[in-house]
Amino acid sequence: MALTHEHIIRLLQEKFADPQLTFEEPYGLLTVTAPAEMNLKLLQFLHDEASLQFRFLTDITAVHYPDRKGEELCVVYHLHNLKENVRLRMKIYVPVEKPDVFTATKLFAGANWMERETYDFFGINFVGHPDLRRILNVDEMDYFPMRKEYTLEDPTRTDKDDEMFGR
Amino acid sequence: MSEQNHIKLADESLARQTTTLNLGPTHPATHGVFQNILEVDGERVLKAEPTVGYIHRAFEKIAERRPYYQITPLTDRLNYCSAPINNIGWHLTVEKLLGIKTPKRVDYLRVIIMELARIADHLVCNSVIGVDTGALTGFTYVFQYREKIYEIYEEICGSPLTTNIGRFGGFERNFSDTAWAKIDAFMKTFPKAFNEFETLLNRNRIFMDRCIGAGPLTAEMALNYSVTGPNLRAAGIDYDLRVAQPYSSYEDFSFNIPVGTTGDVYDRYLVRNAEVWESFGIIKQALEKLKDLDPSVYHADVPEFYLPDKKDVYTKMEALIYHFKIVMGETDMLPGEVYNAVEGANGELGYYLISDGGRSPYRLHFRRPCFIYYQIYPEIIKNGLLSDAIITLSSLNLIAGEMDA
Repeated sequence: MALTHEHIIRLLQEKFADPQLTFEEPYGLLTVTAPAEMNLKLLQFLHDEASLQFRFLTDITAVHYPDRKGEELCVVYHLHNLKENVRLRMKIYVPVEKPDVFTATKLFAGANWMERETYDFFGINFVGHPDLRRILNVDEMDYFPMRKEYTLEDPTRTDKDDEMFGR
Repeated sequence: MSEQNHIKLADESLARQTTTLNLGPTHPATHGVFQNILEVDGERVLKAEPTVGYIHRAFEKIAERRPYYQITPLTDRLNYCSAPINNIGWHLTVEKLLGIKTPKRVDYLRVIIMELARIADHLVCNSVIGVDTGALTGFTYVFQYREKIYEIYEEICGSPLTTNIGRFGGFERNFSDTAWAKIDAFMKTFPKAFNEFETLLNRNRIFMDRCIGAGPLTAEMALNYSVTGPNLRAAGIDYDLRVAQPYSSYEDFSFNIPVGTTGDVYDRYLVRNAEVWESFGIIKQALEKLKDLDPSVYHADVPEFYLPDKKDVYTKMEALIYHFKIVMGETDMLPGEVYNAVEGANGELGYYLISDGGRSPYRLHFRRPCFIYYQIYPEIIKNGLLSDAIITLSSLNLIAGEMDA
């Protein structure tokens, strides 16, 4: 039996019965948005449940939305069921003051560097990660450069007008 | 910070009388700028600690300020051994976002370019395994064919290494007669040279003794560590995006997915060699299919995103407007969220794009296969010989530019 989106949604709703669990399908990729404290439970269920088996972690990354108060940072997981060839995206929103998310390294060994990269650029604190250090940036760096408050251009420059060409 | 602080010895290494050895950042055998701090007991590797990020260029941040078409040159600086796959993967992502449907001929031309790139990438990787085991001859045989592939790129897009090939919707110009002549010449001469390369190494006793059993990777471990590409297939998993989620009309072609069993250096080498033959077969099929198609088509009809002909810009009002809007990056993009992946030469190359409708992406993340699978390196060289660690490194096909983004 092919693994359909309806089946995944039904199973998740039955198991968790949480109204905060929302589903959408941008460009045909099922996206589950869950409360932050549920991420590990959800990953575990998606991993273990016999009819779901999302056992391949494609990617972890984050997005910064400075305008969303209380949920500024979004951690995005891309999962893949290789047998049925179905992908799933999972999103977790956390406040920028306390960006704590449970680590997925216990389930997926490959999450180690992906989470380190996400920490390095967004400052997501992966609780329980065995070695949460910066990975691509220098160790001495004291800010998280992919957050939106750090503009690419030097903000002190006055000779460049960004009205026309900048974001 | 004083230099002293940078010297790290493994815990208890003095008591255990082990040696700490820096492999890299600029060591001839690392083929790129990354460092491994090895703890060795004689010739046996006890522990490895990889450090990456030496050539981090903040592409994801830069991409948040650039119009979409200016991001293409960033992508070819990721995996510079197969830059066209990166370029076309990015074009496919934006086309998915915009819902652009490309003509069959564009798809087939892209397939030809991507498979040539795959051949070039695998040639580098496999011949370098030969070099690292002490066999330089094979490398000199096949490297000129990589150069011939680069000449084909050059004929199509004007640049051999960082290609910036194609545009959203197709190619910037049709393939010239010289380009076709070069492709035909390549197709005629390459099999003989590659056969010769395989005869040199495949059943070479010394090469086999060096490679078999070095850096083995089991299927379970490969999946758990999110390994993709030839390294995963060498471990026995037949996951190939060209089959699993066909893009650019790969579903029209018939080819096999070569898999290995033990996932050691030798298996990875064989899988890549077999893939070169499969890619060669795909190009052959594509050339055959192209004969039935209108040879004047080389891009989709999307005037809003595809730069018009220069002579039209001077004579037609719409063309002038589109030209201006595209060049200044003022074309409206659709808001949306897309994950699109292509089978890069070393694994699943993914683009996670969030657009808010603005001139540049709100967020663009590259899923870089070798950044993710380099994590297995300390695991698979543990308790092996130092010389095995070197060839394991070259057999993983690590590209520093892609790892550090």
